Amino acid sequence: MPLLELRGVAARYGPLQALHGIDLSVGEGEIVAVLGANGAGKTTTLRAISATVRTSGDIVFAGERLPRHPEAVARAGIAHVPEGRGTFAQLSVEENLRLGAHVRRDRAGVKADRDRVLRRFPILAERRRQAAGTLSGGEQQQLALARALMQRPRLLLLDEPSLGLAPLVVAGFYDVVSELNEREGLSVLVVEQNARLALASSSRAYVLEVGRVAVDGPSSALQRDESVRRSYLGY
Amino acid sequence: MPLAVDWAGVAQQIVAGLSSGGTYATLAVALVLIYRATGVINFAQGELAMFSTFVAWTLTQHGLSYWSAFAVTVAASFAGGIALERAVIRPVEGRPVLTIAIVTIGLFFVANGAAFWIWSPEVKSMPNAFSTRPIRVAGVAFSISDLGIIGVSLLAVLLLWLFFRFTKVGLAMRAAALNPESSRLTGIRVTWTIALGWGLAAALGAVAGLMAAPPLGSFDQNFMQPILLYAFAGAVLGGIDSALGAVIGSLALGVFLNLIGTYVSWIGTDLRQAAALAVILVVLLVKPTGLLGSGAVRRV
Repeated sequence: MPLLELRGVAARYGPLQALHGIDLSVGEGEIVAVLGANGAGKTTTLRAISATVRTSGDIVFAGERLPRHPEAVARAGIAHVPEGRGTFAQLSVEENLRLGAHVRRDRAGVKADRDRVLRRFPILAERRRQAAGTLSGGEQQQLALARALMQRPRLLLLDEPSLGLAPLVVAGFYDVVSELNEREGLSVLVVEQNARLALASSSRAYVLEVGRVAVDGPSSALQRDESVRRSYLGY
Repeated sequence: MPLAVDWAGVAQQIVAGLSSGGTYATLAVALVLIYRATGVINFAQGELAMFSTFVAWTLTQHGLSYWSAFAVTVAASFAGGIALERAVIRPVEGRPVLTIAIVTIGLFFVANGAAFWIWSPEVKSMPNAFSTRPIRVAGVAFSISDLGIIGVSLLAVLLLWLFFRFTKVGLAMRAAALNPESSRLTGIRVTWTIALGWGLAAALGAVAGLMAAPPLGSFDQNFMQPILLYAFAGAVLGGIDSALGAVIGSLALGVFLNLIGTYVSWIGTDLRQAAALAVILVVLLVKPTGLLGSGAVRRV
């Protein structure tokens, strides 16, 4: 049984239908990519899971129907790093990390995780007391990931983590995500415009076209399939 | 114009001004709290404080001491503020700011009318919170009551600051006010943080009302209205989204109003409210962000 399963999920913004019933799953310990052009419904897919958009259809997480409130989705064990990273610019790095652990009750575990996260991202340790808004783009992306990890999620949702970052910074970011996946078995659903990068770092991928799944399969197969690459991924 | 300045008199007037300013500051911080959480000025804040004060008055009529009534009323106001938010603000949550502002104006009239209905219109008087004796410092007699009011107001604001700065719930409330969407994604129950904000604001208002009432000698259901105006002026002066600014602005305003009321004979006590309005007008024209306001445009 997959960790997360979407069956016939549709979503709309007012009169605008953004998703027309998609099926998608993420297995335990898997990295899955969602690709597609602008407006294909990639971000909406993540928002549907997090219940920040109205949905119909079934969303099952760890064997149970996922509640339809963002707070409850977070409490169920899903961390969502949204577009624009969702960090609190006016609050300090330290406070952002504390907020990441808001849903947790195990004080000792939170403290240990905080130390671990700061060891993994030394720049955040250095800037602990600085307002998050003063960090560079790459540092903010690290903070967004660190904050999500503080939640100790079973599933991580990443929305276009490469957006606006230098290629080297992006590569570093994906290295960390892969490492978390391999070492700690973190499951990841990542939305990307950069198809080449996403296919290289995921095991399976879905390509969306105007709110529907156009193609899906193992990332390596999609990478090799020239017609898929040409018609959907544009490279 | 007298040539010799009566410095002892000036010092007394400054302390008296800080005392009134402390009351304004407590109410002003309540205004800032709700402004930051919901983006509106709660026009009913003063009337809710009045209502709390009348509850405390009733308790003292039933034999409770001032301070017992104070403790019970502040706690009850906290609960009442939460209940009020759930009942009347929650249904309009996320609506345009004007809608929410109109609801608070409605709340103003309901609280005022209810207080007249429950408690007869004749004036009441409240036991003193502090000794009425003066205390001599460096040869100048200060009112213990003034010093006590300054102390209680600053303590209330300090406790609130500690709460926001060092507790998990306080941090969640700040985050929810800054960015509700991201806060929900981290699992914060944003609607509850707003309700909690109303509870804390109502408790602060109760402190303000209970500090303001005894020195008046007698008061009726309208006694908080000028104080709301002063608190608003203090908050605007300090920067409407800054709690520290609201405290500094309110204290400065209290001293300013007291000094001009005492030393500028044509202002006296009659034109104090006009002077407060003038302060609001000047700040909004010259420096709309106030002393410490962020000036950040709020998404509404």
